[in-house]
Order: sequence, then structure tokens, then C-alpha cells
Amino acid sequence: MNTQIGSPALNLGIFALFVVVTLLIVYRVSRASNTASDYYAAGSSFTGPQNGIAISGDYLSAASFLGIAGAIAVNGYDGFVYSIGFLVAWLTALLLVAELLRNVGRFTMGDVLSFRMRQRPIRAAAAVSTLLVSFFYLLAQMAGAGGLISLLLGVKNVPGTPFDGQSLVIAVVGILMVVYVLYGGMRGTTWVQIIKAALLVVGAAVITVWVLGLSGFNLSALLGQAVENTGKPLLDAGNQYGKSITTKIDFLSLSIALVLGTAGLPHILMRFYTVPTAKEARRSVQWAIWIIGIFYLFTLVIGYGAAALLPRGTLTAANQNDAAPLLAFQIGGTLLLGIIAAIAFATILAVVAGLTITAAASFAHDIYANVIKNGKPEPGMEVKVARRTALVVGVVAIVGGILANGQNVAFLVALAFAVAASANLPTLLYSLFWKKFNTTGALWSIYGGLTICIVLIIFSPVVSGSATSIFGESVDFALFPLQNPGIVSIPLSFILGIVGTFVGSREPVNEAKFAEMEVRSMTGAGSSRTAVDH
Amino acid sequence: MSATDETPGGSGAASADTDATPSAYQEVQRSPEFASLRKRWRGFIFTMSAVFLAWFLVYVLLSDFAHGVVDTRLGSTNFTVGLLLGLLQFVSTFAIATIYVRFANRNLDDDAEALRRRVEEKL
Repeated sequence: MNTQIGSPALNLGIFALFVVVTLLIVYRVSRASNTASDYYAAGSSFTGPQNGIAISGDYLSAASFLGIAGAIAVNGYDGFVYSIGFLVAWLTALLLVAELLRNVGRFTMGDVLSFRMRQRPIRAAAAVSTLLVSFFYLLAQMAGAGGLISLLLGVKNVPGTPFDGQSLVIAVVGILMVVYVLYGGMRGTTWVQIIKAALLVVGAAVITVWVLGLSGFNLSALLGQAVENTGKPLLDAGNQYGKSITTKIDFLSLSIALVLGTAGLPHILMRFYTVPTAKEARRSVQWAIWIIGIFYLFTLVIGYGAAALLPRGTLTAANQNDAAPLLAFQIGGTLLLGIIAAIAFATILAVVAGLTITAAASFAHDIYANVIKNGKPEPGMEVKVARRTALVVGVVAIVGGILANGQNVAFLVALAFAVAASANLPTLLYSLFWKKFNTTGALWSIYGGLTICIVLIIFSPVVSGSATSIFGESVDFALFPLQNPGIVSIPLSFILGIVGTFVGSREPVNEAKFAEMEVRSMTGAGSSRTAVDH
Repeated sequence: MSATDETPGGSGAASADTDATPSAYQEVQRSPEFASLRKRWRGFIFTMSAVFLAWFLVYVLLSDFAHGVVDTRLGSTNFTVGLLLGLLQFVSTFAIATIYVRFANRNLDDDAEALRRRVEEKL
């Protein structure tokens, strides 16, 4: 389906320029990355606005930029509703999580969850959840990189050969991401995300204004043209999710997972530690909400623009992720396509770098330093372990990305959100707000949420029983009708946290630790706000 | 809202008799100033969370199950009720974020800072 368009040399050139510039910046900022605080949290030295831009860069993955523009282009209104879940979710992060997390923890989600619980089991559980969510997300990004590349660079996959062009580019993406994370740590990764976010928003703004200009700045006319050009009722609800009651519930399930999952994504949570105070964390989210919101308004125009301007039949469900690049080529020719192509690469790179440092930090800080070394690692070893973990994550991401390339792995992003909303968010909220919550409760909600999500996905139509499933239509053990487990797994995880707490209720509440956590979460007393001075 | 306010470990009664010498954190936790800060903060964030979650859920349910409503055209334009409600989700998200930041800056930060100093003097 993907016929090559534009000039591969130009696309590659613009991408190379991005890589060179970001590598130079990573090199310049990387000198002070040898303490844990520097490596994981950039010495908490970013300002709220800087971090807000970086959060947008971390969050607006290929799935949300290319995926949502494509979903609107092909499914119209349903794609727009989908994008709103991604935005509204930030209020959960702003109101309930960001500041309290910043005040209580230092580097990882495990810091907060284990604060007043038994350290080792909770840290291990937090790390398992962090590593799994990051892995699902990472795999989706890496596999997505392969498909995108065939369009933009004219690199084709030769079936049956492991050393083809697409695999090579996935490997290059993986190697670059490891270089950023190894040398740049959180400081370098943050700058990559800031640059990428700026490029992405400017690129999307250019296409938006261009498309609006072509329709005489008349959005209503553009919408009408989209319907006329595609011959599909793109303004009406239900194109994607309206087929049956099952698909409708599936969409509800997805929306709930999005709105509650964002504030439980470990790579997002970790970004709150890169600012010095809770007040700056609050400003970060405020900035992120504006940037992400404006960006999704652009994608609304880009999506309907692609439907209105691309020749009928260009876009199908199979290649809908190409909507934005194809539209760029249609209106702006080779140069605009080259710019958008480079931005898409930058997007993938920045997101995978953020995921890699999160996985590395969680393994080194939660598992190595606190579970294996009981909180007393030898000086300097923790960061060494983090760097080695980043290498391993890189290798796993490259191999996994190559194997998953060409497979339908879009469900992995939704699964990551569902796990974050089921295993992470209930546990975070209970630890912060419910005094009686204890170690058993936390273990039940984390492992319970995780297990329910994964089991439901295995028995869902994603894996078997339909034409688009991993095992195809002939194998059918899809006992669970929905593709998104959230509507079942999220309430169950909240209940499991309560049940577990009562099961383990002989464990006494640590009054002193709870007081410390509560006072610290709201005032910042005793938190690592002075980390900048070290 | 009152139900949510009671469940989190707000009551100081259970903790009064456990420690002979309360830590600096416990002293502040038991102070009326902290209780007041916690009440104002939680009252705001829990109410706002309930509002935005309910409003989002209503919107998704309408888009999912009430196609007759969301597909209605506005006048003779191609805009629909659903598109309008969706854009209002953007507006309300921006508004709630702005209102919360203002509220926290004006009504929470100074008190939180004073309590922080009180704890850190004793640490």
C-alpha cells in the first residue's frame, strides 16, 4: 500500500540535521550527569514552562500525532472524540497527582508507592508495572517507526529476510535513543523532547493554517468538503465505534482508560521530578495542557483537511497513520513532506528516549538500589546500573521492534494506558489519600490490575478470533468481547486495593510515616527541593 | 463530596495515643492550620475532579449512544452539536486548569510554605 513519495534524500537530510543538533545539545548538557539526581531528574533544574514543553514532547507520540490525524481523516468525528480523552486526562494529573508526587518522591513512581509501605515488595511491584507499561509503549513506537519509514524514506521490507531496510532504520532509531539516554541522561532527554515539541507544534501549525487558507479560512466549508470528497459521513458519530453495542462499550472503555491512565504513565510521572518544587510541577502541567490542547485543535483541522484534500481512496484503515505526511506532500510538496517526515522521526526518537530512561531508572533505583542492595548501593553504582539497563532496553526495543514490525500493534498503546489506569493510578491515589491503605492493598491493586488487563487482552479479539487479530480468524479463544479492558479492570483494581487492605489489616498503620507523607505531599517539607545546589 | 472528605486519613483521633513524642510532621499534621489547608485543598481538587470526570463521561456517552443529538447540524453550517460539545471540552479543560492554578497560587501556596518552614525548623 505504501508507495513512496517525496524525496528520500531530502527527508533523510532534514532528519540528519535534527539528529546532529540534538546530539550536540546532549553532548553540551551531559557533563553533569553522574549523580543519581542529575541522571534521573536533571538535578530538578528545569523550570515549569520548560518541563511543560518537554511533557508535551514526551506525550505527543507518533500514536497521537499521526494516529489521531489519521483517525479523524478516516473516521471523522469518532477520531475527534478520541483526541479529547488524551487532553482531558491532564486534569487528573494536574489536580490529583503532579504536585503531591513531586513533593513525596525523588526519581520514580516506586518512591511514592513505597513511602509508607514495606519497601522491597512494593518497589518490586512498582518496577514490574513500570517496566511492562514502558515496554508496551516502546514496542508500539518502534514498530510504528518501521511502517512510517517505508513511506518517507522509500525503504522497503523484503519479506523473509531479517536484514532489510526497515529493520535497519529501526535499529538506527534504537541506537540513537540509547546514545541520548546513556550520555544525556534526563537532562539530554528533556532537551530532545523540548526541541521535538517545538518542531511538532510549529509543523502542525503550518499545515493547519495552510489547509484553512485553502478553504478560505472557512472551517465549515472544509468539513463539508471532507464529506463530499470521501463520500463518507465524517461529521456524524459512529463511523468507527458505532457498529454495535460491543464497539460502543469498547469506546467507552478506551475513553476511561485514557482519562485515568495518563496520570499513571511512569514516563509522564517521572517528568515531574525534573522541576525543583510542586509549584513548578503545577506550572508544568498548566503549560502542557495548553500546548497539548492547541495541538489537538490543529489535528482536528489536519485530519479533516486530509479527508477533504487527498484524492478519494488514498486513505484506508490500513494506512491511516500516513494521513498527515500525505497531506503535507499534497499541499506543500517535497519540502513540507521532508519537514513533517523529520518531525515524525523526532517524535518517535524523543518518546522512546523518555521511555528508556524511565525503564532504566525504575530498574536501577527500585530493583537494584532498593530491592537488591536494600537501599544502600555502593556510591556511583546506581547510575552505572541505570546506564547498563538503558543499553539492555535499547537491544530489547530494537529486536522487539523488528519482530513486531508489520504486525498490528496499535493495541499496545491502549493496553499501556489501561495498565497505567488499573495498576498504577488506584495505588497512587490510595497511598496519597487513604490512611488505612497498606502493603497488602498496594500489592493487590498493582498485581491485580496488571494481571486482569493482560489476561483480558489475551482473551480479547485483539489476540484471536477476528480477521485483524494476531492469530487471525481461524484461532478463536476470544472469550472477552472488548479490545479495551479498562471498563472492567479499572473498577476491579480499585476494589482489589480495598479488599487487599482489609485482608492485610493486621499490619499496623505507620502513623509517623503517614504523617510525614501527608504533610510532605501538601507542603513540600523535607522534599528534595534543594537538589539543585548539590 | 462529604463522603470523599471523610475516608482519607483525616481524623486525628486514631493517631493521638500511639506515639509518646510526635515527630515534627505529626505535630504539624495535628495542627488546625494544616487541617484547614487540607480541607480547602481537597475540597477543591475532589470537587473539580468530579465535575470534569462527569462532564467528560456525559460527552463520551452522548457521542457513543445519542447519535441523534450529536449529529444535529447547527443552523445551515456543517458544524454539529457533537463538535460544539467537543470544543467545549477543550474550553472547560483550559478553564479548569487556569482556575486551579489561580486558586492554588492565591489560597494554598502561602499557607503550605508557612507549614513547610514550621516542619523544617524542627528537622
